[in-house]
Amino acid sequence: MSARTTSENHVVERALRRGAPSTDGHEDRAAEAARRLAQRAVQEGLADVVYAPVSSPFGELLLAATDRGLLRVAFPEEDTDSVLERISRRVSPRIVEAPAGLERVRRELDEYFSGSRRRFDLALDWSLVGGPFGREVLRVTSEIPYGGVLSYREVAMDAGSPRGSRAAGNALGSNPIPIVVPCHRVLHTGGGLGGYGGGLDRKRWLLELEGALTPQL
Amino acid sequence: MSKQLPPFQRFLDVHRDVVWRFLVSAVGPVEAEDCFQETFIAALRAYPRLRADSNVRGWVLTIAHRKALDAHRGRARRALPVADPVAVDGRAQSAAPAPDEALWEAVGELPDRQRSAVVLRYLADLPHRDIAAAIGCSEEAARRSLHEGLTTLRKVVPA
Repeated sequence: MSARTTSENHVVERALRRGAPSTDGHEDRAAEAARRLAQRAVQEGLADVVYAPVSSPFGELLLAATDRGLLRVAFPEEDTDSVLERISRRVSPRIVEAPAGLERVRRELDEYFSGSRRRFDLALDWSLVGGPFGREVLRVTSEIPYGGVLSYREVAMDAGSPRGSRAAGNALGSNPIPIVVPCHRVLHTGGGLGGYGGGLDRKRWLLELEGALTPQL
Repeated sequence: MSKQLPPFQRFLDVHRDVVWRFLVSAVGPVEAEDCFQETFIAALRAYPRLRADSNVRGWVLTIAHRKALDAHRGRARRALPVADPVAVDGRAQSAAPAPDEALWEAVGELPDRQRSAVVLRYLADLPHRDIAAAIGCSEEAARRSLHEGLTTLRKVVPA
């Protein structure tokens, strides 16, 4: 190959590596095709996990579900990529964004936040909960009724470990399905708020919504 | 820690444009949609077995290349007249194409094997060995197709 041909090839190669120009609407059409692909993946049962953002009084929550049930509720400050990467590792990498699959969760959350729903009627997927004690703690917590509260010690006791308050607190702190699994209903024995993964202001807000706490001025 | 396979949606977000561009140049804007769906459905099926440290872009473009070939074969069997991509896609009818547009039009007009070799080399960044495997020819033949493709393309790029 002559030197001249080689240098001309470099020009072509550089241009090719830039890819086709995007001025002709290709990017929009590719984005539409990708949305249809996600829908089709769900229809054909190829998506193991679906997720979607939903708006809430706390800002945009991220919801994720499998065919077993609701898997994850993430607060707005949580990094979407980290949340999805953890699901990819622990559950399956076949994850697509598909709002239709989470329509019912979205509706029940809307009703809850507006005060017209007192109990969630949703199947749950516990795959992201670590360990049998953690699962038992969250199961006990999921049965605390609207407007009610339990102490960390009571939850630990009901989960089968009377001296496991601290472990129960840890399990509640890493609850992957907050709000729906109401870890905000667990307080310190003396009535102190304790902790909350989504921040204490939100815990207080939820307890006030449910009438378990009198609003502070 | 070993590299993680990204969630499929991220993979789709990152690679959808390059796959779309490849398919439009390979089968035209009308059939690109079906080929796009077939490509990513096949990718989703195989996705959990994909190694995170492999050339993921090369992998999905190789699938797209096969789906484009399937589309060409299907078309040949049906023996229907093929729509002219430029006539179908109104947006491609701009009067004086920019240099890069002219180049990609020319890529679309290359013979199948040359076009696949060029795209798999420069968009997918595959080595000659993998291009040969994707096209189903010897490494030497892949090298030749690539060279012939580049020789044609050189005529439309101002040096």
